[in-house]
Amino acid sequence: MIRRALLLYLGLFALIVAVGFAMGAPFTVRLLVEAAAYALIALGLNIQWGFGGLFNFGIMGFMMIGGFAAVFMAMPVSAPFWDSDGPWMLGKALLAAGAGALVILGANRLHRIGFPKPLQRTLQVIAWIAAYIFFRTQIDPAIAVIESREIGWVGGLGLPVWLGWVLGGLLAAGVAWLIGKACLGLRSDYLAIATIGIAEIIFALLKNMDWLTRGTLTVSPVPWPVPLPQQYQAWGSTIDESFIYARAGYLLLVLAILGAVFFLIQRAYGSPWGRMMRAIRDNHIAADAMGKDVRARQLQLFVLGSALMGIGGSILISFAQIYDPSSYSTVNHTFIIWVMVIVGGAGNNLGALLGAFLIYIVWILSEPVSQWLFTTISGWTEAIGWGAIPDITSRSVQMRVFVLGLVIVLALRFAPRGLIPEIGAGRRPQDQPKQESPDEAVQ
Amino acid sequence: MSLISLDAVVGGYGGVPILNGVDIAIAASDIGVIVGPNGAGKSTTLKAVFGLVKVTAGAIRFEGRDIANARPDALVPMGLGYVPQEKNVFPSLTVQENLEMGAFIRADAYGDTLASVFEMFPPLKEKRRQKAGELSGGQRQMVAMGRALMGKPKLLMLDEPSAGLSPKYVLEIFERIVAINRGGVGILMVEQNARQALAIASRGFVLAGGRNLFTGTGRELLADPEVARSFLGGGPAA
Amino acid sequence: MSEFVFFINNVIVSGLVAGSIYALGAVGVTLIFGILRFAHFAHGDMMTLGAFITLVLSWVLAGMGVSSGLPLAYFVVPLAVAITIVAALGLDRLFYAPLRAKGAKPVTLLIASIGVTMMLQGLIRLLFGTGTYSLFDTVPKVIHRIPVEGSTRDITFTQPQAIGVIVTIIAVVALHLFLKRSRNGKAMRAVADNPDLAQVSGINIRKIVRLTWIIGAGLACLAGTFLALDVTVKPDLAFNILLPIFAAAIVGGVGQVYGAIVAGYLIGFAEVLAVFNWGVLLRPFRDSLPEWVPAQLAIVPTEYKVTVAFVILVVTLLLRPTGIFRGASST
Repeated sequence: MIRRALLLYLGLFALIVAVGFAMGAPFTVRLLVEAAAYALIALGLNIQWGFGGLFNFGIMGFMMIGGFAAVFMAMPVSAPFWDSDGPWMLGKALLAAGAGALVILGANRLHRIGFPKPLQRTLQVIAWIAAYIFFRTQIDPAIAVIESREIGWVGGLGLPVWLGWVLGGLLAAGVAWLIGKACLGLRSDYLAIATIGIAEIIFALLKNMDWLTRGTLTVSPVPWPVPLPQQYQAWGSTIDESFIYARAGYLLLVLAILGAVFFLIQRAYGSPWGRMMRAIRDNHIAADAMGKDVRARQLQLFVLGSALMGIGGSILISFAQIYDPSSYSTVNHTFIIWVMVIVGGAGNNLGALLGAFLIYIVWILSEPVSQWLFTTISGWTEAIGWGAIPDITSRSVQMRVFVLGLVIVLALRFAPRGLIPEIGAGRRPQDQPKQESPDEAVQ
Repeated sequence: MSLISLDAVVGGYGGVPILNGVDIAIAASDIGVIVGPNGAGKSTTLKAVFGLVKVTAGAIRFEGRDIANARPDALVPMGLGYVPQEKNVFPSLTVQENLEMGAFIRADAYGDTLASVFEMFPPLKEKRRQKAGELSGGQRQMVAMGRALMGKPKLLMLDEPSAGLSPKYVLEIFERIVAINRGGVGILMVEQNARQALAIASRGFVLAGGRNLFTGTGRELLADPEVARSFLGGGPAA
Repeated sequence: MSEFVFFINNVIVSGLVAGSIYALGAVGVTLIFGILRFAHFAHGDMMTLGAFITLVLSWVLAGMGVSSGLPLAYFVVPLAVAITIVAALGLDRLFYAPLRAKGAKPVTLLIASIGVTMMLQGLIRLLFGTGTYSLFDTVPKVIHRIPVEGSTRDITFTQPQAIGVIVTIIAVVALHLFLKRSRNGKAMRAVADNPDLAQVSGINIRKIVRLTWIIGAGLACLAGTFLALDVTVKPDLAFNILLPIFAAAIVGGVGQVYGAIVAGYLIGFAEVLAVFNWGVLLRPFRDSLPEWVPAQLAIVPTEYKVTVAFVILVVTLLLRPTGIFRGASST
């Protein structure tokens, strides 16, 4: 097993070196930074799915939250906003939301002081409606004021961007806690649909809340925590060198975070806590019977994994320097992570890490490769008189979505436990045919 | 010639085999009863006949044809019927629809069979438009047996037909089994109610550890002191 | 009166259209859930695929010089349904059947359906780019108007809307008769109920699985084409519709065909009611209303329509986890 992992990592290294020679150093370093951020997110999913067996199809939502946190923390303070009524009105809206939450919580507890169940249900519904209306009466005018031409949006806090990364992790963890509280009791396929729904809602919110995120107007430039290429140019580097140095600096920082996270998760995985988690995943009924609080443990995993997704999302936005909520998509930000973890080896951190780097490289490179392929074919079709293939550039981008889809179904069929399988994974119930299961009947 | 014969059948779900050489042979006129302690491989034997458990060695012959590892939907048309112990009705289908599912493989009209099943189990006729999931345990067992009979089997295999039934129903179900057998259908059944079952059996098989311990007529087994002591609880029946 | 007509146009008509599309999609999801026991995430893409097949076939027909006062799409729908079915059976044979044969758990099939989603999406975009296409290139969309006495507005709906709702009703009735009367329909319900027993009853489960894909894909193609006729065809069709149809399937109780239909319409109407501007209905009383009542009175802004299906889903799961019609029992 260790030899296999070593060989695969050597292969990955060779691939990276080859990419470096083919595409140049600045490109390759950029690729590695992004891949490392994705690897952080893949580790997050590995915690949720690999350790906990929890479906999370809402990765995109957590990445968006992380990206927003980086923007909010690091963008310059907007004087027009702070000079206006905006902050005061937003504060009132926040208070209204808090008051509403209190009313709802109160309504939820009415049965404890002797209210009959039907009456309590009715009051609960009324509480929700009242809280919603009250909140809308406060937030709507606040939004109108902020979105006016003079102000536009709330701006940022003007703090260092790494604080935004921390905030991204915290915000994502908070949202995950709320979702987990409500949804973790659901059976796995319902959890998948619920998380997709939540990601869609986060997407709709961040895309349309112009007052908070500028929405489709996008925010840039989001700062870096390390010197930018321009800085190196000012220090006298050539343009090419400046990109390599600056991105290498960023890469070192991200790799340090990734390394630390990997070390901690790996430690946790082997600990009694990790063994218990796997026991819960493999047989939560038995674990339940042994007195383990399954829901609470699963919530821990869900929150922890989502926090990593938030941090990864922050790192990516900060690196790209532009926050465009409408650029997120379920395929590019949720499903790709799933491909990484499944192909790499769910339940094995080394596997998830390998899968993340490998799949991200395949993802990025399949664009130029398919572009080359299309151009070649286009040459042939032109030569035999069928005319050239139109829109080669945009089509090449789509080709990689197809390729990844194919990769995941092939992986499930031929290497269901991934390139570097979970150690001792032979007993995982997912992989074994259940005796007389409906699936066995359906052949 | 036997209707069905198992010769030194070995099989299981993969891994360690559960059946380690089971021999069973019964004729169309027989009621065969398999008894034995828990984990002896009684239910597994029936499943092996029905292609639900992999057979790795030995032979299973039905009317002389080798049927080991055949698919269930190929066995039913040949004349095998099987009533599992649990979950043996379609709960959201009506009683009549349950019975029709038993006739799924038949291309001919099955009105007569339906009438004869209703005749054998009168409560089903009354409740034929009711969902099977709403019936009592005994009535469900009737639906399950009726469903299997709808395919006009030559051999009916029953997995613990009396499990979970009240004594009144146990007697009734056993009476029906005898009646079905008189109608020319061979019976092979697994029973926990060993004493009662062996009383109606013409062939009895005691399994333990996945192989035959004793084989004989029902009466012989009931009279055998060893069998009585080990598997029937108490001395030989009077 | 005009306000009431506005309500009919924006709620009743739109709700019926959205509900029909959701119902057709949700029935497929719920059947696949009931028979194959996994959440088929590629169902939205199957709808998109169906719509694009209709588009291509209508181009082919136009290329052959056929022209009509009606959109050519109407004539090619049966063929498009057939091709979508063949595609679905092919996808099953290539990607799902091998996993089932290996005895994979439902979650593995669910993840495989994500792979299929990506392949279908990649393929559709590869062929059609990201643009939008109309099935009304050559002919105008006929709009029916029913004048209402005392109203300055007419009740309006388009021809494809009317046809689509009628086709949906026919499809639902046909499905009902199939499931209740035909031998195979009953066998399908039997397999959904108890696959092991169905197998020992001699029901050929492979055949039932094929039937499931045939019905699911056929209805998906109808739904996709209906959606495309009502608005436009675009590769993004799938994702916007995935949540409502899954919500409908779960809210209706998984495996419950009638539940899926009812819940499809429920969610369709809930969405239009939620984004409807109730301020319009207050307009006649504008003068007697206090100042602070705003002119825009929608429950949620249109941009957040996606939250409606989700909220209904979550509330249902919290209050009645098996759905409004008791669905297949949880794992």
